[in-house]
Amino acid sequence: MKNPYRTQNIAFFFLFLATLLIIIPVGLIVVVIIQKGLPAINWQFLSDIPRQGMRAGGILPAIIGTLYLVTGAIIFALPIGLLSAIYLSEYAKDNMLTRIIKLAIVNLAGVPSVVYGLFGLALFVVFLKFGASILSGSLTLGIMILPVIITASSEALESVPYSFREVSLSLGASKWQTTRHIVLPNALPGILTGTILGLGRAAGETAPILFTVAAFYLPQLPKSIFDQAMALPYHLYVISTQVPNVDEKVRYGTALVLLTLVLFMNLVAIIIRYKFRKNKKW
Amino acid sequence: MAKIITKNLNLWYGGFHALKDINSSFEANRITAIIGPSGCGKSTLLRVFNRMNDLIDGVRTDGEVLIEDTNILNSQTDLVVLRKKVGMVFQRPNPFPLSIYENIVFAEKIHGEGVTRDKLDEIVETSLKGVLLWEELKDKLNEPALKLSLEEKQRLCIARLIAVKPDVLLMDEPCSSLDPQATARVEELMRELKNKYTIIIVTHNMQQAARVSDDTGFMLLGELIEFGKTEEIFTAPGDRRTEDYITGRYG
Repeated sequence: MKNPYRTQNIAFFFLFLATLLIIIPVGLIVVVIIQKGLPAINWQFLSDIPRQGMRAGGILPAIIGTLYLVTGAIIFALPIGLLSAIYLSEYAKDNMLTRIIKLAIVNLAGVPSVVYGLFGLALFVVFLKFGASILSGSLTLGIMILPVIITASSEALESVPYSFREVSLSLGASKWQTTRHIVLPNALPGILTGTILGLGRAAGETAPILFTVAAFYLPQLPKSIFDQAMALPYHLYVISTQVPNVDEKVRYGTALVLLTLVLFMNLVAIIIRYKFRKNKKW
Repeated sequence: MAKIITKNLNLWYGGFHALKDINSSFEANRITAIIGPSGCGKSTLLRVFNRMNDLIDGVRTDGEVLIEDTNILNSQTDLVVLRKKVGMVFQRPNPFPLSIYENIVFAEKIHGEGVTRDKLDEIVETSLKGVLLWEELKDKLNEPALKLSLEEKQRLCIARLIAVKPDVLLMDEPCSSLDPQATARVEELMRELKNKYTIIIVTHNMQQAARVSDDTGFMLLGELIEFGKTEEIFTAPGDRRTEDYITGRYG
């Protein structure tokens, strides 16, 4: 006679194994990068400009460049993304135009990042004559993370219970007052989480900044938004493939800084979400 | 004195005829109950009076609803003004995820620019006294409203509503999520409130209608079958269908 518990246990084992396999690549990436990169991390590495053809010195210009780009992207993408999310989830009627807009957002999310790079080159660098600059790069990254911000914000807004809106309107608040005072504050944690995840993505992408901002080597920090800048992901690409004889620990050190930056942003998002879930009472 | 009068009121949800030729008159300072089986249109009728049906796509109304001689179905009706005057208590107690204090002053804060703290404190005190919660809550006004019991939440919702100083209170099955004792206390509160307000309550609990209301309307499939003094409706209904419903032959 067949033992049903035995087949069940075997099935559970394989399901568990498949799930466990997910941890392995994540764990290995983190372990390898920390192991090989940690020896490179010191104050000089974080605070000095690259020296000896990027084989020594630090990576400060790349760190600063990435921070500038991420900040610029958020200044551009958060207001537009949030406002369109509010429009889509609170005001838009379900008609042809709305469906086209939603379809456009989904498609925008699916565009390969290198295509954003070319688009940014054509529109911002050439047509609008911003040149290869922090401005062009930020705008390109901003467009790339727009769908992330819009989708996350819409979901956050829609998760606010309908009854809150109903009560607020029944108390004589206008639609905008309801959105502003009731819906938005309750959706804020979700919006922030989505925004930070978008930022993490912007910080790590190479292709969109390739033609729009990234400098191969700059010995000084950018002075205005019309300057070119170095950026961590592109710098990592350069020292890994374009410059011969770069010490392995410099490459892994750069990767470690980039990884830490992105993981840190994700961690902040996770903490916000966790705190909110704990306080969520409806 | 009639506070609300409906004349040949009809309402459609798309192609569905939800209210059919409703003619009725709701008296000031009385409690009017609207009873009837689920889906008969009683909540829909209630939501005509503060135009909450406007939130649903594809709703069409005709006829007249006069509140103090003004037809509120008119397209020029200022909904903000109307809803401040005609307030609503919902089926599920639904305080905002804010403090008790902030819940009550919510409407005042968004309507009144630069209201003084003293004024707000006063509103909180009068409103809570109005729902007999002041003694219990006066020392924990800054605690989250969502920590209160269901009954307290529903009372708080009524307090939040009377802080807006309405004339009419629409109650959509306000006790359906409360236990019998809490229900009795909220009904007691309603009797208290009718001195100041016109109250219309929708309920599918016939005993509640009999206990608490002065007038009763019975609805069935979108029609107002019978409307009159509660005593008469419950003791000597004029229509066969009312009698069948009240005696529990269907429901």
